Amino acid sequence: MPRHTFVLNGAPVTVDVESDVRLLWVLRDVLGVTGPKYGCGLGVCQACTSHINGRAFNPCCVPVGDLQPTDEVTTIEGLPATVGKDLHPMQQAWLDNDVAQCGYCQPGQIMAAVAKVRQARDAGHAITDLDDAVFDEIRNICRCGTYHRIREAIVAAAGEF
Amino acid sequence: MAATGDQEHGLGRRTFLGYVLAASTLTVAAQLGEAAGAPSRASAAVPSPPEPAELYDLNDLLTDATLPTANLISIQVHSDGTASFALPRAEVGQGVTTSSAMLIAEELDLPLDRIRVSLADARPELLFNQLTGGSNTTISTYTPIRVAAAVARGRLLEAAADQLNAPVAQLTTEAGVVHGPGGATVGYGELAEKAASLTTVGVPVTLKAPSRFTVIGTPRGRIDALEAVTGRKQFAMDVTVPDALPAMVCRPPTVNGTVRSVANLAAVRAMPGITDVVTVSSGVAVRGRTFGQCIDAVRALEVAWGPGTEEGASEADVLAELHRAELPLVVPPLPLLTKAVDLRFTFHFASNSALEPNCAVADVRADRAEIWAALKSPIVAQETIAADLGLPASAVTVHVTQGGGSFGRKLFFDAAREAAEVSRAMGRPVRLMWHRTDDFRQGRTHPMSISRVRATYSLGQVLSCEQRHTSVGTDFSHGVGEVITALAAKLPVGNLGFSETIFELTQQTPYAFGVTTQLLAEVDRGFNTGSMRNIYSPNVRCAQELVVDALAEGMGEDPYRFRRRFLKDDRARAVLDEAATTGSWGRSMPAGTAQGIALHPEYHGFVAVLAEIDCRPQTTGRQIPDAYTGPRVTKVVCAVDVGLAVNPRGLEAQMMGGIMDGIAVALSSGLHLEDGHFLEGSWDDYFYTRQWNTPPELRIIVMPPTTGEPGGAGELAVAGAMAAVACAYGRATGTVPTTFPLNHGGPLGFEPLPTVPPVPASPTDGLSRAY
Ligand code: FES
Ligand code: FES
Repeated sequence: MPRHTFVLNGAPVTVDVESDVRLLWVLRDVLGVTGPKYGCGLGVCQACTSHINGRAFNPCCVPVGDLQPTDEVTTIEGLPATVGKDLHPMQQAWLDNDVAQCGYCQPGQIMAAVAKVRQARDAGHAITDLDDAVFDEIRNICRCGTYHRIREAIVAAAGEF
Repeated sequence: MAATGDQEHGLGRRTFLGYVLAASTLTVAAQLGEAAGAPSRASAAVPSPPEPAELYDLNDLLTDATLPTANLISIQVHSDGTASFALPRAEVGQGVTTSSAMLIAEELDLPLDRIRVSLADARPELLFNQLTGGSNTTISTYTPIRVAAAVARGRLLEAAADQLNAPVAQLTTEAGVVHGPGGATVGYGELAEKAASLTTVGVPVTLKAPSRFTVIGTPRGRIDALEAVTGRKQFAMDVTVPDALPAMVCRPPTVNGTVRSVANLAAVRAMPGITDVVTVSSGVAVRGRTFGQCIDAVRALEVAWGPGTEEGASEADVLAELHRAELPLVVPPLPLLTKAVDLRFTFHFASNSALEPNCAVADVRADRAEIWAALKSPIVAQETIAADLGLPASAVTVHVTQGGGSFGRKLFFDAAREAAEVSRAMGRPVRLMWHRTDDFRQGRTHPMSISRVRATYSLGQVLSCEQRHTSVGTDFSHGVGEVITALAAKLPVGNLGFSETIFELTQQTPYAFGVTTQLLAEVDRGFNTGSMRNIYSPNVRCAQELVVDALAEGMGEDPYRFRRRFLKDDRARAVLDEAATTGSWGRSMPAGTAQGIALHPEYHGFVAVLAEIDCRPQTTGRQIPDAYTGPRVTKVVCAVDVGLAVNPRGLEAQMMGGIMDGIAVALSSGLHLEDGHFLEGSWDDYFYTRQWNTPPELRIIVMPPTTGEPGGAGELAVAGAMAAVACAYGRATGTVPTTFPLNHGGPLGFEPLPTVPPVPASPTDGLSRAY
């Protein structure tokens, strides 16, 4: 069986699994990393959103064989360590705004939010208010309808990292 | 705030009976349901369930119900100074673990972060008291949880009196510590064992007066928030059960189709990672090392399918049948000078799919079974699965896990039952999950319905209002919440009779509209149905509120003032006034945009919603890839009175979620039925509210306590929001909307996925879309 090596939450991992298995299942079913959630397996719901080399992506849409040994995959479990804290400021904002309801979508929401803020900032665009067009680009489903508190939390955290 | 032992026994307050249970650490209990105030009713009649013989051995249950400890919920105080409580309810996002912890914190004088609330396994002795539905958790547990906590505090005070050598009257409690004379203190943890009892004893208690509440009624964050934001919160698919490998079912191309034969079983069994392939009642089940490999196996199966239960059916067929079944109106032809509003509305099928799809872990052995799933009716699940497996219920353990949303789905246990069947057929544990596409196409739906409303008016008065709601039948086989069951118990409960009873008990007209009748007719079909964040109300009340707007227009009155004039209840008028004032009702707005206002009473509560909508072409034509944009709700103001909000912050969250649902069912989220199957198969087909549909402005006002008793919250806002959005749309466009969701008749906003194979392959281009 093919072996695949990549960096997961700061440490190298090697797995024996067929190359076409999507990374989401390698994380969840092989490595037991369950923060990224399944909501569609189609790149639609964004519940699985994690980071690769600092950018948001859907591991349900990436065959594990496409990863290089140097690729750094960060799941919600590894997010705080990227800022050297117990909680990333985005997670803290989520707590401060009591965003989560059932919580199923929230790891993906937080990972998307962090990347969206970085992307907007790199484009010279500050997220300062709630009707910013940036929100139209966040595709994550929240079936509990927490969208409004998500907006408030993102605005609150945008300047904190 | 400190409270003395003495002040607890205020004059004239109700005394409740709680228990100290025999245990090595302080364990207290109270009866669930209204029985806490009437302890002698432990053996009172069991409420009549729908067709009980199908699901229960009623004699067994009657025996259980008479045990002295039946119906008890219990709290333990531990030597580390914490308290724990296993809530016999499901937590699916509605915040009941947090509000339950707040009740304990209040009566026990223990900080919230020292209270752990878990979800109880199925407890058959609780009968209908372990069903999470009808938004009634807080209503039914408000008193019992407080009674138990008050008993605990009383016992701790007695133990402290002994230890500190001081009378109870000189002791106070604060934040988990008992204070005595001269600055002496002793922590609850130190007292936990001393306060325990060798025998079970009944203890009368009175509860804290609301004027002394310091926790109840204050805004608190959820107790599971940290777990949620760190990814540590465990849902059913995150539970570790040895050897429970992923499993998925290859499902038929039409609703409830059946397997005739499978051409390539051996070849699929030999696919990478696959361990088992078996035919089960719902399709062909595969088990493998990863869900990805299960998806590949499901796609590879060559199955000859037999017909389903709705073979060839289309929406037009269902609609025609609904029209045929509609009950006649009774108000006779109109006298001269009387005018009428007569409108008929169509509500299409909608999906109650949560973000977490149907899923369950099952480990079935020859003589026992163990199930893990988010279940709102765990006892019915346990009894049914036991019957399926030919095991006694006592051999089936059902663990209730945290749920990733419910909206009606988790009242049922389709995945748990299927997982048990698959595990037995394979002889191994399975972690079974439905593919998203299956969850939309074969999962339960909120039934299609029509509602005709005719109201007559003359000389400034509304003389009559008749509503005939006709719906594809709603499946209630999970049983119903104790509030409704208790009321329904006195009535005959055949199957149709039962639905009518529920309809009668849950639907109300909040306006004084003369002769008012509301009747339900159902047609039996082969669809998998269920409630969806409420059973009938969003559709029934949306229809009514649109008719109210039409009446106001016909009578030349302002929609807000018209409602105000005809409302029967002062609490209703107060929320309406609050929404209208805060939302600046009547402000001038550009053409193509408008406000709508609506009121909804339910679950001992009232909600008023003011919505502003923008239907101008530059807004409806917004381009977002693979999205439905359409009319945009730009602002929502919601005022809510639930009698007493235990956690106003949690109540606001429930209103916010309900508003997002209301917007979706009004504007965009429906299922298209064609040739025996539903077309929607992904979240980019089924247009639930997304960020781009979210109102930029949202205000939620929680009214101060009115009745002092908590009402339900989980479902209240959906009907109010749906109606307000529909009314706003009608006023913005000058056309009363009569088909819901509004986009249903338009061109399909997506390319339907194929039905064979039943699930799509996962894309492989994820890296190119990273941002
Ligand atoms: S599970 Fe990956 S996008 Fe939905
Ligand atoms: S919090 Fe439940 S899906 Fe978002």
